[in-house]
Amino acid sequence: MTLEELLQRAAEEREKQAAFRHTIRVCVAAGCLSAGSDKVKAALQAEVEARGLKHTCQVKGVGCLGLCSVGPLIAVDDAYCRNVTPEDAGGIIDRLGDRPAERLYLSAEMPFFARQQKIVLENSGRIDPERIEDYIAADGYQALLYALHEMTPAEVIREVTESGLRGRGGAGYPTGLKWSTVAKADGGGQKYVICNADEGDPGAFMDRSVLESDPHRVIEGMAIAGYAVGANRGFIYVRAEYPLAIQRLRAAIRQAERAGLLGNEIGGTTFDFSIAVRLGAGAFVCGEETALMASIEGKRGQPRPRPPYPAESGLYGKPTLINNVETFANIAPIIRKGGAWFAAIGTEKSKGTKVFALAGDVQNTGLVEVPMGLTLRDVVFDIGGGIPNGGRFKAVQTGGPSGGCVPEQYLDMPVDYESLTKLGSIMGSGGMIVMADTACMVDVARYFMEFCMTESCGKCVPCRVGTAQMYGLLTRITKGLATAEDLQLLEDLCDMVRNTSLCGLGQSAPNPVSSTLRYFRDEYLAHIAGRTCPAGKCEMVADPEKEVA
Amino acid sequence: MPLDFAKPTPPSDDKRWKVVQATMRRNGNRHDALIETLHTVQESFGYLDDDALRYVAVALRVPLSRAYGVATFYHFFRLKPAGKHTCVICTGTACYIKGANQILDSIQQAYGVKPGETTADGQVSVLTARCLGACGLAAAVVYDGEVAGKQEAGAVLERLEKWVAP
Repeated sequence: MTLEELLQRAAEEREKQAAFRHTIRVCVAAGCLSAGSDKVKAALQAEVEARGLKHTCQVKGVGCLGLCSVGPLIAVDDAYCRNVTPEDAGGIIDRLGDRPAERLYLSAEMPFFARQQKIVLENSGRIDPERIEDYIAADGYQALLYALHEMTPAEVIREVTESGLRGRGGAGYPTGLKWSTVAKADGGGQKYVICNADEGDPGAFMDRSVLESDPHRVIEGMAIAGYAVGANRGFIYVRAEYPLAIQRLRAAIRQAERAGLLGNEIGGTTFDFSIAVRLGAGAFVCGEETALMASIEGKRGQPRPRPPYPAESGLYGKPTLINNVETFANIAPIIRKGGAWFAAIGTEKSKGTKVFALAGDVQNTGLVEVPMGLTLRDVVFDIGGGIPNGGRFKAVQTGGPSGGCVPEQYLDMPVDYESLTKLGSIMGSGGMIVMADTACMVDVARYFMEFCMTESCGKCVPCRVGTAQMYGLLTRITKGLATAEDLQLLEDLCDMVRNTSLCGLGQSAPNPVSSTLRYFRDEYLAHIAGRTCPAGKCEMVADPEKEVA
Repeated sequence: MPLDFAKPTPPSDDKRWKVVQATMRRNGNRHDALIETLHTVQESFGYLDDDALRYVAVALRVPLSRAYGVATFYHFFRLKPAGKHTCVICTGTACYIKGANQILDSIQQAYGVKPGETTADGQVSVLTARCLGACGLAAAVVYDGEVAGKQEAGAVLERLEKWVAP
C-alpha cells in the first residue's frame, strides 16, 4: 500500500463513520469485559437493529475507556455511562442525543477525564481494536509510510532523539540514544527489534490496555524502529496471562500483513519487516532484557551480566533493540507531529506523557495518562478522586516490587523520573497503588519481598539468598518476634543485595523495604519495641519466648 | 552405526498430538520453539507429563534436562493434572490490599488446599496469579477462565461450594 492509497482508505473510512449520527462506544477491554460489557454491546446492537436505527447509530466495541472501577463503561457520543447493564439498553437508545439517565451519567468534564492528556491512549476507547480500518481512519500507519518514503533512517532517529522520549519500561534510558547505538552496531546483516510486553509488576496494566485497545500502534512503532536501526525481524514478548491482548495482537499482525504494512517490500519500498509473537510463561525476571532474550530463544529466563549490551550482542548474539510497549506506542505520533511537538510536553528532563495504572484504595481506579510533571496529589486526589469511604491517605506505591512508597508530605512532588528516584522510589512501568491508613507498611514491604523471593531466578547468590533472609526478617517483625539487631541486619542486607546482585530484580528488590524504613520507621519500631501493629493488620505472636525456642 | 534422525513418534495416537506437531513445524522444529511447544501441549492436555516432555525434547533435539528445566522454571507450566475446575486468585498488589490473602486463608480453612493444590475429590484446583492486570476490579478471581471482579471470601466460598461435590 502506498501513502496515497492509505490516505484514500482513511478518507473513505472516515466518510463511512461520519454517516452515523450517533456513536455508542462500548469498552471491550479485559476489565469491562469481565464485568459483562459484551452482553451490554449485544443488547445495544439488538435494540438499534429492532428500532431500525442501523444507519444512523453505530454501536462499536472499543478499547479501554479508562475508568475501570465503574465498568461496564460506555460512551454515548460525548457522555459516559457507568455500570451499564443489558437492561439499560432500551433507555439509552431512547435518550440518544439527550443526556443519559442520571443514574448512569458521567460527565466528560469530570477531572478524571478532563485532566488527562492522551498521546499513547489517544485511540484507546475511540477505535475498534479489531479493525485495521479504524486505526487507518485515525491517521494510523501514515507515520510508517511517511518515514519509509520521505525520511532516511538517520532522520527518523534524529526526530526520536529530539523528542526527548525516554524508555517507559522504568529505567528511563533515552530512546533516541538506544536506537542510534543499535543502528551503528554491525550485525552482519541481521538485527532484531523486541517489544517488551512482559508486564510483570503486580498492580500494573498499562501495556495490557494498550495492546488490547490499540495493537496497531505498537506494530507501527516497531516497524518504524526496524527501519531506523536496520532490522527486519521483530518479536513481541507478551505474558501468557493476557489472553485477550495476545488474541488482538495476533489478529492485528495478520491484518497488517494482508494490507501490505508488514512483510516484504512495505509500501512499495525495499524495506521488509515481520513480527512474531512470543509468549511468556509466568516469570517476572523475564522483564529484564537479557532474561527476556533467553526466554525468546526457548531457554530458562535467566539474566546474564552486561556488557555486552543487547545493542551490540542481543538475541541470538545479534544487535537487538528492546523497548517497552508504551515506548513504541509513542513513536508514530512523534514521527507524525515531529520531535519538537513532543518535547514541548512535560518537564525539562522528562518529556511527553506517562500512562499510570491507578489502583488500590482510591475512588477512581483505572488507566490514566498525564503529562510528566503533574504532582502526585493531582493524580491521586484530583484525577483519582481521593480515598473512598472517608479513609485517610497513607502512601502511594510506584514502580511495583522495584519501587517504593511515597508518603503524604511529598505528594506535591512532580511526577518525573528524577523526582521519584530522589524519593527512593522509581517511575517504573507505571503501576500506582494508593494505600489508606488501614495498610501496614511493614506488611506491604513483606508482600513485595515475598514476591521478589519467589521470582528470583536463583542464578546469583545475593538475590537468591538475600531476598529469602530479608523475607524471614520481615516476617519476624510482623509477628512481633524481632529485635533491634534484626532491624540492623535487615538494613545491612538491603545494602548488600542492592550492590551485589546480578540484574535489576535483585538490585531493586530492597527498594520497598528501604523506602518504608525511610518514611515509616516508627511503624517498624512499633512492631519491634511495642509489639503492636499501628494499622491493626499484623497479628503478634502471644508468647515470643516459646516461638523462638 | 547409522544415526537416527527420523521424526520421533508421539507417546500415543491421541489426535491432540497433531496440534503439538503443527506448532513445532510452524516454528521450523528449532530449539527455540521449546516454550511455544510446551504452551501448546499444556493447552491441549492441561498439563505436561513425563512422556510429553520426553517427546518434545527429542522432537526439537534439545536435552531432556533443558526441557525439564524450562518446564519447572516458568510458573505457568503445570506438571500435574489440574482439577475439573480451576479457581485462580490474583495476588497482585491491588488485590493484596483488597484482601486476596483473606480469600486464600478462607479457602484453606474450608477445603484444606493451599495455592497450587487440588481438592481431594479432584474437582477444584486453587491457583494464584501474580497479577491479572485487572487491578481496577480488585480483588479479582478467575473461575474456569472467567474473570470476576470485586470478590470477597464469602462470595468465593459460595461459588466453590457449587463445584465441590458434597
